[in-house]
Amino acid sequence: MSRKYSITICDGPTCLHKKSKELESAIEQCLKEHALTDKVRINLSGCLGMCGKGPILIVKPGYTIYGSVTLGDVAEIIEKHIIKKKPVARLAIEEDHLYNRFFRIFGDVNFFGKQLRIVLRNCGIIDPESIDDYLSVRGYEALAYVLTQMKPLDVVEEVKKSGLRGRGGAGFPTGIKWQLTAREKNSEKFVICNADEGDPGAFMDRSTIEGDPHSVIEGMCVGGYAVGAQKGFIYIRAEYPLAIKRLEKAIADAKAEGFLGDKIMGSDFSFDIEIRLGAGAFVCGEETALIHSIEGHRGMPRPRPPYPSVQGVFNKPTLINNVETWANIPVIILDGAEWFKSIGTEKSKGTKVFALAGKIKNTGLIEVPMGITLRSIIYDIGGGIPNNKKFKALQTGGPSGGCLSEEYLDTKIDYESLAKVGSIMGSGGMIVLDEDTCMVNIAKFFLEFTENESCGKCAPCREGTKRMLEILTRITEGKGEEGDINKLQRLGKLIQKASLCGLGQSAPNPVLSTLKNFRSEYEEHIKEKKCRAKVCSTLLGYEISEKCIGCTACKKVCPTGAIAGIQKSLHVIDQSKCIRCGACFEACKFNAIKRI
Amino acid sequence: MKKIKITINDKPYEVDDGQTIMQAADKLGFRIPRLCYHPKLSIEGACRVCIVQVEGMRNYVASCAYPVSGGMKIQTNTEEIRQARRDIVELILDNHPEDCHTCERDGVCELQRLAHLTGMRHRHFEGEKKHYDKDLSSSSVVRDPNKCVLCGRCVRLCSEVQNVFALGHAHRGFRTVVVPAYNMPFKDSVCTACGQCINVCPTAAFVEKNFTQELYPKMGDTSLIKIAQVAPSVRAAIGEAFGLEPGRTMELQTVAALRRLGFDYVFDTQFSADLTIMEEASEFLERLQGKGKLPMITSCSSAWMKCVEQFHPDFLENISTCKSPMSMMGAIIRTYFAEKIKKRPEDIVSVAVMCCTAKKYEAARPELMVNGLPGVDMVITTREIAWMIKSAGIDFVNIKGENFDEPLGLSSGAGAIFGTTGGVMEAALRTAYELYTGETLMDIEIQDIRGLKGVKVGKVVMDGKEIRVAVAHGLGNASKLLDEVRRDPNKYHFIEIMGCPGGCVGGGGQPYAGSNSIPLDEECLKKRAEALYGLDRSKTIRRSHQNPDIQRIYKEFLGRPLSATAHRILHTHYQAKKPCGIIPRELQVR
Amino acid sequence: MIQTDDVKLTELKNFMAEIKKRERSESQLIAILHKAQELYGYLGNDVMDEIAATMNIPTAHIWGVATFYHYFNLKPKGKHVISVCLGTACYVKGAAQILETIKKELKIAIGETTQDRFFTLEETRCLGTCGLAPVMMIDDKVYGNLTSKKVVEILHSLAHEHE
Repeated sequence: MSRKYSITICDGPTCLHKKSKELESAIEQCLKEHALTDKVRINLSGCLGMCGKGPILIVKPGYTIYGSVTLGDVAEIIEKHIIKKKPVARLAIEEDHLYNRFFRIFGDVNFFGKQLRIVLRNCGIIDPESIDDYLSVRGYEALAYVLTQMKPLDVVEEVKKSGLRGRGGAGFPTGIKWQLTAREKNSEKFVICNADEGDPGAFMDRSTIEGDPHSVIEGMCVGGYAVGAQKGFIYIRAEYPLAIKRLEKAIADAKAEGFLGDKIMGSDFSFDIEIRLGAGAFVCGEETALIHSIEGHRGMPRPRPPYPSVQGVFNKPTLINNVETWANIPVIILDGAEWFKSIGTEKSKGTKVFALAGKIKNTGLIEVPMGITLRSIIYDIGGGIPNNKKFKALQTGGPSGGCLSEEYLDTKIDYESLAKVGSIMGSGGMIVLDEDTCMVNIAKFFLEFTENESCGKCAPCREGTKRMLEILTRITEGKGEEGDINKLQRLGKLIQKASLCGLGQSAPNPVLSTLKNFRSEYEEHIKEKKCRAKVCSTLLGYEISEKCIGCTACKKVCPTGAIAGIQKSLHVIDQSKCIRCGACFEACKFNAIKRI
Repeated sequence: MKKIKITINDKPYEVDDGQTIMQAADKLGFRIPRLCYHPKLSIEGACRVCIVQVEGMRNYVASCAYPVSGGMKIQTNTEEIRQARRDIVELILDNHPEDCHTCERDGVCELQRLAHLTGMRHRHFEGEKKHYDKDLSSSSVVRDPNKCVLCGRCVRLCSEVQNVFALGHAHRGFRTVVVPAYNMPFKDSVCTACGQCINVCPTAAFVEKNFTQELYPKMGDTSLIKIAQVAPSVRAAIGEAFGLEPGRTMELQTVAALRRLGFDYVFDTQFSADLTIMEEASEFLERLQGKGKLPMITSCSSAWMKCVEQFHPDFLENISTCKSPMSMMGAIIRTYFAEKIKKRPEDIVSVAVMCCTAKKYEAARPELMVNGLPGVDMVITTREIAWMIKSAGIDFVNIKGENFDEPLGLSSGAGAIFGTTGGVMEAALRTAYELYTGETLMDIEIQDIRGLKGVKVGKVVMDGKEIRVAVAHGLGNASKLLDEVRRDPNKYHFIEIMGCPGGCVGGGGQPYAGSNSIPLDEECLKKRAEALYGLDRSKTIRRSHQNPDIQRIYKEFLGRPLSATAHRILHTHYQAKKPCGIIPRELQVR
Repeated sequence: MIQTDDVKLTELKNFMAEIKKRERSESQLIAILHKAQELYGYLGNDVMDEIAATMNIPTAHIWGVATFYHYFNLKPKGKHVISVCLGTACYVKGAAQILETIKKELKIAIGETTQDRFFTLEETRCLGTCGLAPVMMIDDKVYGNLTSKKVVEILHSLAHEHE
């Protein structure tokens, strides 16, 4: 049985000091007395950031925030709010604008402080499997509003005015895309939600869908109304079973409540959504490949034009946006384009979700306003580099993006600025690299990924990425040759400019950007056969230092018998027999073996 | 058509709107290098060889796919684009065996030409190459994925034009390969052996199963009688293999060359085409009188026969029981002719020189055996025979022509036009009309069923009875026509179907396109067809039943059309086949 | 195999029959392949033939789709996947001999699965545990310092667990 109410109690340091723990026991006790234990769930949350008004309670659904709650208030809250369903007005902190609400909820804690949650507004706050929860946070209000108050073209105008741009990576203005689809004269049109999130390490879309599936569905409904489509597809990776389950439930619930289906909310607008599963192909994130996949074909891109807005799925006009873009739509409708436009930079409005990972203290999903600097993300939100290591590079945009060195850290997050310094916004992968990372190796890692994911249709990408990978491999194995850097650059530029689709056109970015910003590392690998980060194993040697006590552990594990030495005396590695497997290094308990 | 202004290489031009950059450039005399593009097939945009620069565009655009627009500034030949194009061709070449001097397509290879014209003089990016086994299983087509450049022309042709769907791309990235379903042996697949994949392949990833090396020892065996027959459309195309313009008839030169190669007798498949008409026209008239199913559908095309058995078994009863002209000739050689020269049938080597790869498959079919022997021992394509002639040092272009041998060498004009789409129907109607009405059909050139339209219809009135006929060429068009018949079984009385686009003149064994032409070019097909129509016009006998040697063979051997003897050696029956693979009827092709 | 898997086949057929009721049913090929793999564990040629015939989609096309997407297995996988490391360290310590022993013991070649679908044999690149060479991995567990005798014992103990 699903619980109906939940009470979130803040157990941040201030609230704890103001007896929130005691509050929790009192609430439990009170619920027991009213035999409500099964009906009400108690959650604890980290600091909600409203420390001045602590202790804080949040009762959901409804999202009523109570401040300065005393033990004496508990009975009243339970009896009035939970049983009689009437919030206790005298304790409630008044709800206002969405923006402020979230800013207030997540207050001034550093991790959240620099963040601004629009896309992730409901994630972690509502029960994603409960349509009631969604409704309680003004869910489907945007849809109701457009159906009753706005003509389709007004909706298109509003989205245009908001300045929202595609969050899948390329940043095409969303409103223009809507307009192009809306103006096509065709009795059958489609909208698609691209949830084929494929960048290694990126999980923005998965989290959004798992945490708040209805906002995506509502966004699609609004989009369907605006462009005149009758059907939507959500193309999602089969590797996301929980997200798929949540979407299925959300679609069924929305249908049951009349937010999807025939004549939605009594209007003349009918709209349905179907889930289509991917099957493990990164290239299907490219829109024409995705369309082919929905049609049951190999996910191979085709040349554009014609663009999907003219000839998309089943050759019908089709509007494709990614998950994050769709999730922005209900907020833009409810709070207005003017408000949305006020966030961000001149050309990039709103927020962007990133999956922050790598050599950084606070990893996780963050949502920041456009215009924040990379430095602020890494040091204010991410908490900097752990273990006193030195920052080396920031990789954005995954296999399609680039690596930025220290000098670019004051770059502001927006589409143009990132492109200008040789990376891309991308779909939201953000990996911090420290001095222990070999830049040649990281470039090779990403190229291995794209080479493996190339669909094989166009020659520059199919053959070119293979050749680049071969060159990179030989460089990391100490077999790099004079001229290899030129070859990489020549191939990279060719693949960028001549490939058929975005995957190929961006595949060389990790290589070209590291060549630009970290060229000396390539040169060291090629000329000196040296890997300064000590990552490329064939370029490493092992040596036993004076610290050796002669325990023979290394000798025992050496697979080639390259280590000589008797018990309790210094051991020696025969470099001609050593295959640089590193087994001795792992085995030594005395830090006596050094990588050279 | 709206005109727009563009510039190409800084010079202004006015061109029609609504076309691609490549189309506009072609008309202005810029032939941008290309590989995966083919005018008869959908746009793939895969090879990227035809890239150009357009002002204001960050990336290069594939001119085959990108539309021109007003004010567009296009560069086709800057240093940058030349290097990019060169590098793309090198990338393709780097993953190619480069065994040009031992390759069947040496000198007639599009990749070789591209490498030359893009200025490939050095190599920069060599690395690992793909390794696949050659598929030698098919009796007609050899598949060598190592030579494949993944232009996808064969895949598109097999699906879009032929609707056979025997080939597809499998796997992805560097491992992408064009294969039949399940990577099964080609012979087990739905491949109809039409050989059009060979025609459109820019390299030697598809070639015919070559029988020349098996033929040579037989040619040297003096105990054997070597007999060749020559299909109509071979003479209309073989000149192209020697650098002559398409449409030059090389009939008598071919006969002379075959004699120089050592054949004891050179017969004309056009003779047996006349024989086919006698049988087929008679069979049609029987069916018209209620003895058998209508519409009757022709059975000359071997690829078409495999197609029917696999995909349209509901039409098997409609198929004429007549063997193809090649197999009829084979049967007559083993029986009538062997007896005439007092030789045992097994002491004759029966070689068919055909425009067709599927005939290699047909020759081995058990249904077509005559007294336990195949009518034809070996089928040699136009390409193979051209090579044999060159290899033997025969001066084909200047050789003095010679006539076919008696008694199987004389043919009517009707026999000649067998090689082009609509020809069999036209030939059959010339005879059927006369057999049915007893009067001579005066207007014998039936224009409605000539030409390269996919499905053509016509009608003839015989004694007040309207005979409705339809003609389709290319297996895709055939499927469309059959669907029409499924909807309205009484729509037509008689249907001609040829497996290849243009009929036999466009067969899978015809010479490769030269450096100035494209495979399956319509103009080229028309010229070859016109050569056959010219042969028809040049003859005084233009109706099969008036061929005196045909009259003689009935008198001496067969009796009359559809006699017991005729049935025994000139007719057959086909069975439904369950292929490993299914044809779609309405699947959209991408 | 199809004949003995009647129940699975019926379920697949029902699934396809449902899909065929909707328009543009051939566009659901990937969903059908997902279903087939869920039922059979992999996509066999006979199953793909069945799909081709029912959905009127050419087999070459289905093969193209099945091989394009990483998610689809074209060969059955066993309950346990054995990956023998053929990295340099393992190789010099006799990995080839280990591989031979397993092949002989299970009567399968690399890439194949035993008749009872219990073991699949694969080779792998360096597992990074060179100190234990020669090594193999069965599912997620690494077995090191292998000898032919030890390998046979491991296989036997897993097989017994099965019983």
